[in-house]
Amino acid sequence: MDSKRRDFLKIAGLTAIAGIAAPSAFNTLLKGEALASAGPAASGHGAAAPTGKRYGMVIDVKKFTENPGLAEQCVTACHTIHNVPDFGNKKDEIKWLWVESYDHVFPEHSQDKRPDGLKGMPILTLCNHCEKPPCVRACPTKATFKKKNGIVAMDYHRCIGCRFCMAACPYGARSFNWRDPRGKDANGRPFIKAENPKFPTRMRGVVEKCNFCTERLAIGQIPACVEVASQAKGLIFGDLNDPNSEISQVLKTSFTIQRNPAIGTHPSLFYII
Amino acid sequence: MYGKGRIIPALILFLGLMTSPMWYKSGDAGKMPKPEKPKDYTECVAPAQYMRTSHMVLLNQWRDDILREDGARIGKTANGTEYVRSLQNGCMKCHSDKKKFCDTCHSYASVKPYCWDCHLQPKEAM
Repeated sequence: MDSKRRDFLKIAGLTAIAGIAAPSAFNTLLKGEALASAGPAASGHGAAAPTGKRYGMVIDVKKFTENPGLAEQCVTACHTIHNVPDFGNKKDEIKWLWVESYDHVFPEHSQDKRPDGLKGMPILTLCNHCEKPPCVRACPTKATFKKKNGIVAMDYHRCIGCRFCMAACPYGARSFNWRDPRGKDANGRPFIKAENPKFPTRMRGVVEKCNFCTERLAIGQIPACVEVASQAKGLIFGDLNDPNSEISQVLKTSFTIQRNPAIGTHPSLFYII
Repeated sequence: MYGKGRIIPALILFLGLMTSPMWYKSGDAGKMPKPEKPKDYTECVAPAQYMRTSHMVLLNQWRDDILREDGARIGKTANGTEYVRSLQNGCMKCHSDKKKFCDTCHSYASVKPYCWDCHLQPKEAM
């Protein structure tokens, strides 16, 4: 009788442990990888061979120094076709593409004993379209996501304006609409000077950023900024995974740097200084 | 029951007054909305009955397909006419007057879609 009770208790105990442990074990085994890291690793041991497209850009800073005003033209072209509002003050500023000084674009690089020309040198910058975008991991609604062609895109319908992505982005590439972009300032000047009827605006309370001109790529055009800078060859856009693309050739032959590569976001933007 | 001579007539009067809006409108479905159809086009992207009931589903499908899956931006109707799968650049190309098309049914059904918070409606209709 005693031994039977012992057997019963053993079996009951084992069953209880199995019942508790099994679901969590299954969850661990079956759980998919987090979305942000689902893409093929850019480097590291045993990295999968890249498949599909990965759009990227090379920014040749020298070309912009040779052509003063070109960067501003790129910014204007971008902001005009994408209905980016100009709220007229730095605090509310919306920027998809913007000009920043060298020491602000590359704060992690040593600024010690640099040539004088580099100090405060204006550099065009935009969303890095990271291979491992922290903003995508942070977004609680999947309003921002990484597409198969490497573009980090946004669905403004889903954005709830929590600004987690802004906190997560190490490059300051995201802006929040504190005010209604369709509105007017105190002087009656509309924030969007001339609306492009082909592209939507945003509404108050959503985050926005560069979309690498997804809508232009879809109809066989190159991004607006690249088109403006094409004469000076200041911006080179293309598929980083295609070894024969112009951008791959440039990257093979020139020394380029990325913004803060040490944090492991694998930016798709490269700078020739 | 104490005071039934006053309570029951008062109750009947109260119920009658409370339900008077229903009596007033009984047998009348109200004026049906008549959205203005485009004159130059006869065929929509899907059958009219489907569009009437499910255009919002279609718009959501287009959005998710194009934004997330890089889906085709150009669609074809049953008769082979090409159209842009887009509210702003597709639907509004034919249904160019939002007030006479979208708004007639939406205000009848008292639905307030927020499409136009971001999407721009054709200039001539504004």
